[in-house]
Amino acid sequence: MKRVQYSNPILPYALLLPQLAIVAVFFLWPAVEAVRASFYLEDPFGFGSTFVGLENFKDTLTNSQYARTARFTLIFTVLVAFFSLSIALLLAVKADKVIRGAGSYRTLLMWVYAIAPPVAGLLGVMLFDQHIGPLTELARSLGWNLQVGVTPFDTAFVMVITAVWKQIPVNFIFFLSGLQSVPKSVQEAAAIDCRSGTRRFWTVTFPLLAPTGFFLLIINITYALFDTFGIVDLVVKGEPGNNPITLVYKVFVDGFRGNDLGGSSAQSVILMVLVFLLTVFQFRMIERRVHYN
Amino acid sequence: MASITLNTVRKIYAGNVEAVKGISIDIEDGEFIVLVGPSGCGKSTLLRMVAGLEDISSGEILIGDRLVNKVEPADRDIAMVFQNYALYPHMSVYNNLAYGLKNRGIAKSEIDQRVRKAAEILEIGEYLDRKPRQLSGGQRQRVAMGRAIVREPSAFLFDEPLSNLDAKLRVQMRMEIKKLQRDLKTTSIYVTHDQLEAMTLADRLVVLNKGQVEQIGSPMEVYEKPASTFVASFIGSPAMNLIPMKKTALGWEPEQGDGVNFDIRSDASEFIVGLRPEDLEILGDGAPLGAGLAAKVVVTGVEPVGAESYIHGTLGEGGQEVILRAAGKQHYDIGQVLSIAAKQEKIHLFNRQTGKREEEISALQPA
Repeated sequence: MKRVQYSNPILPYALLLPQLAIVAVFFLWPAVEAVRASFYLEDPFGFGSTFVGLENFKDTLTNSQYARTARFTLIFTVLVAFFSLSIALLLAVKADKVIRGAGSYRTLLMWVYAIAPPVAGLLGVMLFDQHIGPLTELARSLGWNLQVGVTPFDTAFVMVITAVWKQIPVNFIFFLSGLQSVPKSVQEAAAIDCRSGTRRFWTVTFPLLAPTGFFLLIINITYALFDTFGIVDLVVKGEPGNNPITLVYKVFVDGFRGNDLGGSSAQSVILMVLVFLLTVFQFRMIERRVHYN
Repeated sequence: MASITLNTVRKIYAGNVEAVKGISIDIEDGEFIVLVGPSGCGKSTLLRMVAGLEDISSGEILIGDRLVNKVEPADRDIAMVFQNYALYPHMSVYNNLAYGLKNRGIAKSEIDQRVRKAAEILEIGEYLDRKPRQLSGGQRQRVAMGRAIVREPSAFLFDEPLSNLDAKLRVQMRMEIKKLQRDLKTTSIYVTHDQLEAMTLADRLVVLNKGQVEQIGSPMEVYEKPASTFVASFIGSPAMNLIPMKKTALGWEPEQGDGVNFDIRSDASEFIVGLRPEDLEILGDGAPLGAGLAAKVVVTGVEPVGAESYIHGTLGEGGQEVILRAAGKQHYDIGQVLSIAAKQEKIHLFNRQTGKREEEISALQPA
């Protein structure tokens, strides 16, 4: 790393200041505020607050609804990460083999990436709409009376499908570039050593993709946990009732619909700890991870 | 082990680019064939077609008696050593060697025995547990060789395997490859652009130019009787002097420069005369001229390389450039005029238009 020397010792800090200010105002302050609020019982009408210690956490963790949401979030995350990774990998492997018109083919597959999550959610909701959704129509013709927002399973199904659909292009781009960085001569050496293309993929190509795959796994877990807020919100239309929701959405619902700011803050502090652990885990793994060449 | 037969093999890429233009070669069982030529001559493409990594546009390739045009690379019973080694980075050296055997359903004990034997031959036994990235270039090269020999294939294919090594290691590995091939007697095709490597390794050389065979023959045959000006200038270092000469009223004259005394009876009115630098003798003053060619050369530069020196000069003032080889101890001055001569049997004649070798000079009596 090259060290740049400034004649004025304050200048580098001054240059950093705008970024630091943004981090402080939009990330650190709310985080500190959330931690503080998690120890208080907030009056629903804004008339002061009472210190309750760890009561909020105790309430949250013993609440059976919270446990149910946590369980759903776990299942949701596993499904979204698994399907968006595996489908993207399949598409990337197939796209890597396309020779004619490869450029436009890949661009088409990446296109969805340009859609903002709420728009993706909106599209998904429209496709599965009770009255005008073509996919609802399709399901009905197959004998499945799909009722989003009414049957919890159907709601969860649509959430997973939409979230997976939205995430595939990101994974696709990374997998494709990962595949293209596997040296051609290594693939050729494998073609001489191993007859079966499938076996070659799992014994040579896939292990060489592992660093990319691991990075994407973390990205996808984070995505499923946090970035799917917009999709969940649109599918349940802001009023979850007994529909399944994710933990992040529950923070919003309890805080702003239920006016339980203390409990909601406690939940977000728990999520903060979760993110922290995930980050530590990721860095540990990346450090230990073999980096080829 | 098997013979390999190429029968008018062609490679045409999209856009009608013909990289290999109908090449036929019969390679005998156990022979070491070197494909040599400048980059873009189609030598690697040809090798990759034998390996099955490139489609064959037309023609036939047989390994043994089996037509392999449509056979998968893994089923051709060949092993290939790549220029950048192409080791599997995530596997240990042991698994790199064993991978091809495992996929062929060979028993574990047999695999172990073969891997250890190959490791012993190549002196990589102590690195078996390491990953390729923990090895030096020379060691990786040995692993790549090991991966080929454990397979005990019908043929080895080498694609410029030494070009990523430093000069000293390259000489050493060259000798080892030669020795290994002599011991194993496995038919080998070796691709290189380095004429020295080609000369030292080959049983037979195939000199390629623009997708066509210029000459096939033993290294000494190719060196002593180059079939064309292309082969003459490609094989040998420093390259052969090629001097265009034409017949005038006064006799044979170089196209550029003067002071050349050369006389043959021929119907042709022009030739390219080829003279190897070591075949040009520097004469003392007043030495008699024998049958052959004599000339006056003006020295323009001297390159001493130790045991010998290469003398650059011109035929007369500002004429055609030539290179001579002289003993290292002798001193020459820039601007000095040297008398040189070449014996008749050392003179090569090429057709001016086609560049092909002409009939033997001994058939052409001095006028």
